[in-house]
Formats: sequence, structure tokens, C-alpha cells
Amino acid sequence: MTNLSTLLTLADSRLPIGGHVHSGGVEEAVTSGLVVDLVTLRAYLRRRIRIQGLVTASVAAAVHTGVLSISEADGETDARTPAPAARLASRAQGRGLARLARRVWPDHDWHLLGTTPHLAVAAGAVGAVSGLNPDQTALSMVYTTMTGSATAAQRLLALDPGDVAALTFELAPLCDQTAAEAGKELADLSDPLLDVLAQRHIQRERPLFVS
Amino acid sequence: MPPHYLDGEAHAHTERPRRHREPGEPLRIGVGGPVGSGKTALVAALCRQLRDDLSLAVLTNDIYTTEDADFLRRHAVLPDQRIAAVQTGGCPHTAIRDDITANLDAIDDLIAGNDRLDLILVESGGDNLTATFSSGLVDVQIFVVDVAGGDKVPRKGGPGVTYSDLLVVNKTDLAPLVGADLDVMRGDAANVRGDRPTVLVSLTQDPAATPVLAWVREQLCVPTS
Repeated sequence: MTNLSTLLTLADSRLPIGGHVHSGGVEEAVTSGLVVDLVTLRAYLRRRIRIQGLVTASVAAAVHTGVLSISEADGETDARTPAPAARLASRAQGRGLARLARRVWPDHDWHLLGTTPHLAVAAGAVGAVSGLNPDQTALSMVYTTMTGSATAAQRLLALDPGDVAALTFELAPLCDQTAAEAGKELADLSDPLLDVLAQRHIQRERPLFVS
Repeated sequence: MPPHYLDGEAHAHTERPRRHREPGEPLRIGVGGPVGSGKTALVAALCRQLRDDLSLAVLTNDIYTTEDADFLRRHAVLPDQRIAAVQTGGCPHTAIRDDITANLDAIDDLIAGNDRLDLILVESGGDNLTATFSSGLVDVQIFVVDVAGGDKVPRKGGPGVTYSDLLVVNKTDLAPLVGADLDVMRGDAANVRGDRPTVLVSLTQDPAATPVLAWVREQLCVPTS
């Protein structure tokens, strides 16, 4: 499998697409007292993977395979993201990925993607251009949905990094299973909790993360 | 670093990597340094001195979101649309060095929202002595330390003290109160910085930050590559 390193590169949290300033709702979950330790973080990450991860990965895979055009996928993502704050956070991260994509693959025509695509839409387009297969695109989306929140929780709660790493290893089979499911068909879920957290986050005084 | 050999040629690291600046693009100057060294006060001083001659904007990177940007707005050093802030997820050094995406997006927005900018000052959140700006984000950078942080800081070096394009030693008026020896600081800075300039200022005695202002004006005259 020659594209495995490409998958690892795209899923690396060091990839400069601005992901480190987003917590995936974890900051508000911590501030609200919903995520307070490893046990509650595990529950939160499972929920993120099973819903947000599944939905965004299914959109990304559909863009990758061409089942959805860029503009259709944009509308489908909006429909699955009712909270305006969550839409903004998704587009802010998609903007970062689109910026990097234009830099890494300058010969590809990215204009359909625009400057502020949803993250999942950008991930689908980038997955196809970078030579991944659709299942890998889905896996990258699910995996980074988990790691972004896990890293933020580690910082915010000063958790032992070894514990958080152990948790992400534990959740690896769930990521694989979710990505495989996402590759099959477009998922029609949304999570009111994540929408509420995203919306409340932007009303807080002085959050550390953008979302 | 002493000269060493690459393909048989002597090779010394006198020049740091530089961003390619297109003609017509605003000059971007980074202002970094430890917490409380006076970065925001310096940025405010530069804005007051330059705003009548130039089209400029400020981008802040706060630990706690918009604190520094709010200070600049409250003191009305620039109109609101010329001040932007990025959130850094608790890691200001990451946002100015390792993943500069949020800053690049904010710079694009400042350029799109203002006519023909000449200069963008990018202020880092207060961080440690190892925090420096990526050459992908700024053209040149200022590192601000203050005498109250101890006169050993220049000797300790670190990337900011050593490689910044201008080292500013601020709050010289406090030197007698904290027992800091300015000559020691000047000498130690010269030792680690080679021919890179260092200036000593007190913004309370010199609110125009005259030597820093002169350096900034020089940078504005450097032609784009």
C-alpha cells in the first residue's frame, strides 16, 4: 500500500491546517463540567466518533468518490450542522485544509472548493487528489475528529498524556469500524449536545479555543 | 554556529530563512517576547507614531483570546477594522511558529477588509524565550524583553534573543529598582546576536519608542524581493 504514508501525513495532528485552535466542543464540555476526567472523556470521544466522526467521514467519502459534488456536499453538511457556531468552526477548519491543499497540489484546480469549504468537504476533495482511497479518507476524518478533542482535553484538564494515548489506542477499533460504515453511505445523524456546546462556546468570555 | 562544510564549500548560518514578499504586499513585522515585557504597549506606541503616515493593521495572538486586541481598541490606537485577534488554543507559540494557519487566514481577512495596507504588526501572546515567529508568517521580527525579568536574560539567549531581527530591552527606567545592569545586558546581547541590532528603551520615558520606530521605518524602506 504505497499511499499509507500519505494517510499518516493527513491524519497527523502536526499538519498545519489550524486544527490545534479547535477543541471540537471539549473546552465548553470541560467548562460546563461534562468532561472532568478520563471516564467522561472516553464517553465524550465515543460520542464524537460515533456521530460527528461518522457524519463528516461519510460526507468526505461521498465527495471523494464523486457521489456528492462539492456544492451538494456543502448543502448536506449545512443540513447536518444546525448550530451556526458549529458551521463556522467547520468552515474555519476547511479553510485551513483548502489553503494547505492549494500549496501542496498547486496544479490541481481547487476553485470549486472556494476559500471556506466545510472541513469534511475539503477532506473529501483532498483525499481524492492526494491518492488515498475513500475508506482512508473516511478514516482520516474519524481519527482526527477523535485526536483533536483528545489533545484539547489533555491540555485543558492537565491529564496524563500516557492515559490519553492509551484511551486513543482503546478507541482505535471504534474509529476503524466507524470509518468503514461511513464509506458505505451518507449518514443522517446530528448531535444536539455538540450543537449546544458549539453555540455556548462562542458566548463564553475568554475561551482558549476557537471552538 | 561555526562555519561547516556542505558539498566541500564553507557554509555559515549567517542568514535565516526569509519569506518571499510579493511587490505590493504589506510588510509583516512580528512582535514577540515573554509575558509582561511590554509587547502590547510597544505595538500601541508604534501605531500612534505610524498611523498618520501609513496604512497599518494589527493582529494579536492572545493566550486568552482578545485581551490585547481589546486593549488596543480601548485605547483607540487604530480603527476597529484594522485590529484582529486569533485564538491560539492555549499555545501562542504553536500559532506563530508550528501551525500559522489561523494567522494567515486573519492576515488575508485584514488585507481584504482594508485598502492597500503598508504594514501589519503581528503580536505574539506572551510566551517563553524559545518562541519565535515562522518565516512563513512575518518578514522580520522584534523580540521584547524587559529589565525587570532579570539582566541575565540576554546571556541565556534562546532563539528570540539570538535570532530576532531587533532585540528590544524595555523598561530601562526600572533598572536601578531591580538591580539590573544595563551594560551587562547590552554586552551579553551583542555577544549572542553578532551584528543583529539591540535597542534599550523605556516607554514611560520615551512614549514614541524612538529607536524601535526608526528601525521599523528602515524595514519599510527595504524593497520587496
